[in-house]
Amino acid sequence: MQAIDKKLLKDFQRLWMQAIAIALVLACGVAILLTSVGMYKAMSETRTAYYERNRFADVFAEAKRAPDSLMAEIALIDGVISAEAQISGYATLDLPGLTRTAVGRILSLPETMPPALNVPLLVSGRFPDPVHTDEVVVNAPFAESNGFKQGDRFSANLRGQRRELIIVGTVLSPEFVYTIGPGALLPDNEAFGIIWMSERAAAAAFDMTGAFNYVSMALASGVQSQPVIDEVDRLLEPYGGLGAYDRSDHISNAFLDSELTELRGMAMILPPIFFGIAGFLVSMVMGRIITLERSQIGLLKAIGYSDIEICIHYLMLAGLIAVFGVLLGWTAGTILARAMAGLYAQFFNFPYVIFRVSYWVYAATGLVGIATTSIGAMQAALKAARLAPAVAMQPPAPPRFKHSRVDKAIMHLRLSQSTVMILRSLLRWPVRSFLTSLGLALAVASVCAATFINDALDEIIDHAFHQTNRQDAMLLFADEVPEAALEDARNLPGVLLAESQQYQPAVLRRGHLTKRVAVEARRPGSDLSRVLDKDGEVLDFSPGGIVLSLRLADHLEVGLGDTIEVEFLTGRRETVEVVVSQVVELYFGLGAYMDFEYLNALFRQAPRVSTVNITLDETQLDALHRAVKDTPEISGIIEMNVNRRAFQETIERNMLVMNAIYIGIAILITIGVTYNAARIQLSERAREMASLRILGFGRGEVSYILIGEMMLIAVIAQPFGWLIGAGIARLMTNAFTSDLFAIPLVLKPSTFSTASLVVLGAALASVLIVRRRLDRLDLVAVMKTRE
Amino acid sequence: MAEIIFRTQGVTKVYDTGQVKVHALAGVDLKLFEAELTVLLGPSGSGKSTLLNILGGLDHVTDGRVWFKDTELTNMSDRGLTRYRRDHVGFVFQFYNLVPSLTARENVQLVTDVAPDPMPAEEALELVGLGSRMNHFPSEMSGGEQQRVAIARAIAKRPQILLCDEPTGALDSTTGVQVLEVLNDINERIGTTTVVITHNAEIQRMAHRVIFFQDGKISEVRVNEHRIAPSEIVW
Repeated sequence: MQAIDKKLLKDFQRLWMQAIAIALVLACGVAILLTSVGMYKAMSETRTAYYERNRFADVFAEAKRAPDSLMAEIALIDGVISAEAQISGYATLDLPGLTRTAVGRILSLPETMPPALNVPLLVSGRFPDPVHTDEVVVNAPFAESNGFKQGDRFSANLRGQRRELIIVGTVLSPEFVYTIGPGALLPDNEAFGIIWMSERAAAAAFDMTGAFNYVSMALASGVQSQPVIDEVDRLLEPYGGLGAYDRSDHISNAFLDSELTELRGMAMILPPIFFGIAGFLVSMVMGRIITLERSQIGLLKAIGYSDIEICIHYLMLAGLIAVFGVLLGWTAGTILARAMAGLYAQFFNFPYVIFRVSYWVYAATGLVGIATTSIGAMQAALKAARLAPAVAMQPPAPPRFKHSRVDKAIMHLRLSQSTVMILRSLLRWPVRSFLTSLGLALAVASVCAATFINDALDEIIDHAFHQTNRQDAMLLFADEVPEAALEDARNLPGVLLAESQQYQPAVLRRGHLTKRVAVEARRPGSDLSRVLDKDGEVLDFSPGGIVLSLRLADHLEVGLGDTIEVEFLTGRRETVEVVVSQVVELYFGLGAYMDFEYLNALFRQAPRVSTVNITLDETQLDALHRAVKDTPEISGIIEMNVNRRAFQETIERNMLVMNAIYIGIAILITIGVTYNAARIQLSERAREMASLRILGFGRGEVSYILIGEMMLIAVIAQPFGWLIGAGIARLMTNAFTSDLFAIPLVLKPSTFSTASLVVLGAALASVLIVRRRLDRLDLVAVMKTRE
Repeated sequence: MAEIIFRTQGVTKVYDTGQVKVHALAGVDLKLFEAELTVLLGPSGSGKSTLLNILGGLDHVTDGRVWFKDTELTNMSDRGLTRYRRDHVGFVFQFYNLVPSLTARENVQLVTDVAPDPMPAEEALELVGLGSRMNHFPSEMSGGEQQRVAIARAIAKRPQILLCDEPTGALDSTTGVQVLEVLNDINERIGTTTVVITHNAEIQRMAHRVIFFQDGKISEVRVNEHRIAPSEIVW
């Protein structure tokens, strides 16, 4: 090993604390980039492969009852390469050992297996024998959650007929990567299952012999879906078509899409921040090293080392830090990716092990890490290379301070000399002070961005469960029923209050903008399910008007008083023009609301209901479930507090992990920035501080200058951190908003104060570590050396 | 005879670097007198600076005892030594050790802010002949001027003792003499006991008392019957 390389290792050894502080920040960037890019690639590639192999359809449509003969016409639509009709329906299930009412989505399997599209992948057992109409296969997560084995039985209420079904196998399907039941907020594999049975059995159960009510189509590559959707809508219209849609509106795929968007967002927002800070820290530390090693550089040059060799020598020092950081990042990233894979496995049901980060992602993140530190070190290394040996051997000129206007203001304040030293130092190196402050501001922002979600979710929970949806449960009907059913519902065991609600699928249209939604209606004065305006007042809907959620209004580009077309997909399938009478903020789903009487008048029918909202005597819950399982008209029951609890538990668990990660990140950034800045200050000011000690200043008084300057920078960083944090929070609420849900921007003082406490605490701890070095300063040695 | 201000008894100082033990002082018995200007002379490594640091409360002895008037410094705590430096001692070093971010006046105020009975910073700067350059930053002054600010800073607290470690070491002859004049002037006008370490044998001629060092011991103490003015010193 050459002498200069030995010097490199010695330098690195001497700088190890600073090197670790920088490496940790760099490692964060590498780890997050590795995890998010790796997971994104893995998820999207797996999805593509799964969809392709199991022929996930491109366009889907539901109808009331269409004749099988229509399939020939659908298959002939331009661009459609394959189409498959199915029978689909919902049923309440009575599962052994489960008191609550489970709901099953029933799908038919064609007589000739395998299906052309949305091919279920057999996980265990076999497919049902078409001759044995009681045989079914169920989705694997449902079987697993309920402990079902091959040969287990359960009963289902199929349109009033109680049927005993036998599980002969479990499957996974590209259509149900994310399985969510009607009205649920999160997957509940115990109480919601997908059940495939033979076409014969399904036709008999749902009275669909010779007919279908669900069709999937695959399109030739490059074919636009919209013309196909229009044509399918036209063909299905006479048969109660409910509007065709493509993959982007397919619920399972939409959830996957939103997850992939989040991962991409994570890869784009966070890692650049870390790389930026790591680069800045490297540049700061390397700059100082080169100032300190000035005479050594002069000596090396005088001996005959070339400019390039000197430049490379200092780049290598930064390179060592980079290698260290990248290795740490890879390790942490691999662990993080594994943890996230576990999290994904809870929500997404893919058939194969897909959470594997490919080697090129490691290589790419490593390169980015090394490039960042090299860029950070480049300026300092070039400066070293450019130093003329004769000049380098001279001590550097003392830093120049000048009287500025700000300086005069400082003098007028009659501050103590130590405070003047602090303020002048900030002004003397404004860029450095600014960047240090910015680094800490980003740490504050990181905590704000993570913790605001807690308050946002509290707001969502309060709004969704305590303000608007106050019912204990919802009873879902398979088809609309006359409002008289409300009386029957009131007579069910344990029901205290019952209110009617109606849903009508419709397409809202304004110019070329359309959206398929369910229009909701309820009687004025309903107390259980309400819509609130932004002041929290309950809204009643005026006849002739429609109330839209903000996201829906934004999508259609309409505001208060604008007229939109509503094309109903049921009943007489009429199109009416209505005025937007109110726009409200909603966090779940895309809401559209009309007056109950007005909606039924439009349908020219006596009032009907699709769901009944009820409050319950909890002690009679079991009896209610038993009754529901025996009532054929009811296709399911949604217990709101089960929903709420599931939502809260899942979210809280995820939030805990996320908060811990972000606060950890903030602490790492703070330590990295503060520790290095304080070390550099100490190194630059050792002589000053020793002078003060000799003049009779106590340790505390001298530390005040070091701690005071760092903490002043940290305090200045706070408001900027809050601003950046609020900005990131806004970006996040926008990024996370989809048709499925919205996150409100709730910024409470506690969010900001928590962030400030974390960062100021970590900053103080870091600077106190440096203070210990100050205490150990050898006064005499420092004073006797030439600067 | 003047009162004794410093007294040492068998002072030794050993620096233990792990592999070798360096005996910087090997049994020094010394008396310094109030209001005198004493010059310590001797080759590098002879123990002058070590002694000065011990007298100034910057270092502890390995063995022996040290008194400042009636106060024993030998085993004084770190806090006690800080207090002692703050109240009684002024230091001047070869490298001026000014705070670059403070003006001349503010550098002096560093001391006047914490000392119990200081003179105004302006007065201290007038004493060293820098009344007109009070608002200049160190980077705007010559070496001699910077050293004079350092002296002003040291005397502003009206210290009983002024310890100077090679105060002219970094200066040319003309500026060096200016600095020596300031030291002499202060010694005469305020009566500050002054100890000056130097390599420059010429400087001994302005002292009341000259102490020669050799191998960590005092080899000779000489009292000058005839002192010369700093302006007569040339090197």
